[in-house]
Amino acid sequence: MRTGRYVAAVTALVFGAMAVPAQAATIEIVMENLVVSPAEASARVGDTVEWINRDVFAHTATARNGDFDVTMPPKKTVTSVLKKAGTIEYYCRFHPNMKAVLNVAP
Amino acid sequence: MFVRLSATVAALSLVASAALAQGAKPTDPQIAHIAYTAGVIDIAAAKQAETKASSKDVKAFAADMVRDHEAVNKQALDLVKKLKVTPEDNDTSKTLSKQAADKLAELGKLSGAAYDKAYVANEVAYHKAVNGALETLLIPSASNAELKSLLQTGLKIFQGHQQHAEHVAADLK
Repeated sequence: MRTGRYVAAVTALVFGAMAVPAQAATIEIVMENLVVSPAEASARVGDTVEWINRDVFAHTATARNGDFDVTMPPKKTVTSVLKKAGTIEYYCRFHPNMKAVLNVAP
Repeated sequence: MFVRLSATVAALSLVASAALAQGAKPTDPQIAHIAYTAGVIDIAAAKQAETKASSKDVKAFAADMVRDHEAVNKQALDLVKKLKVTPEDNDTSKTLSKQAADKLAELGKLSGAAYDKAYVANEVAYHKAVNGALETLLIPSASNAELKSLLQTGLKIFQGHQQHAEHVAADLK
């Protein structure tokens, strides 16, 4: 009886969790040798971006529309959470020849 | 000022084309010296700008130049050490240093907005000239693969600086 209830509770919990929308994901964007890869990435609002800077130079990921402006010190990884949907073009303020696009779905 | 500016740029491109015409390719130790010297020159100009510039954007740009060029030059030093190459002084390095010293003295006489404008204009021209020399002479002449690859990274960094300098110049009235 006791065990039965316990199983039911666990089952409810598991199914309950499954009903919740997909967990926020983490996507990686790498800056290496002054190249951003992938040049075009897709994500959803609420996802976390891991900005990985493999260069010995500081870089930024600066959205042209002002949605985000992340600074990555040399050889460091910085994370940020995407708050707004849209097709966001971003670049490095220090090296404006580094450009990429992030498609953020609602 | 514009005459001087174009003289410096012309000298750099002359250096590149003269060497190409004679088929006298610089050696790796000379290339390492030229690339390092080009960085040192920009760091010196930036340090002057950090004390003399009045615009916040120009000061920030100068700080970026010091940081990036010191990082590139540190990589260059680490590489020559690893390759057991001793950078070799040469006429191109000497010409560059002489012109840079003249330019520094010339900029030193300016102040305020005139200084900011002249410094940034020179940064655009200087990076453009160095990029030209990297593309047409230094990268093609480099025989060591690691040196070539460092120069290629340097080219991307300097192209970025040129664009950054152009943006800063456009924002200065």
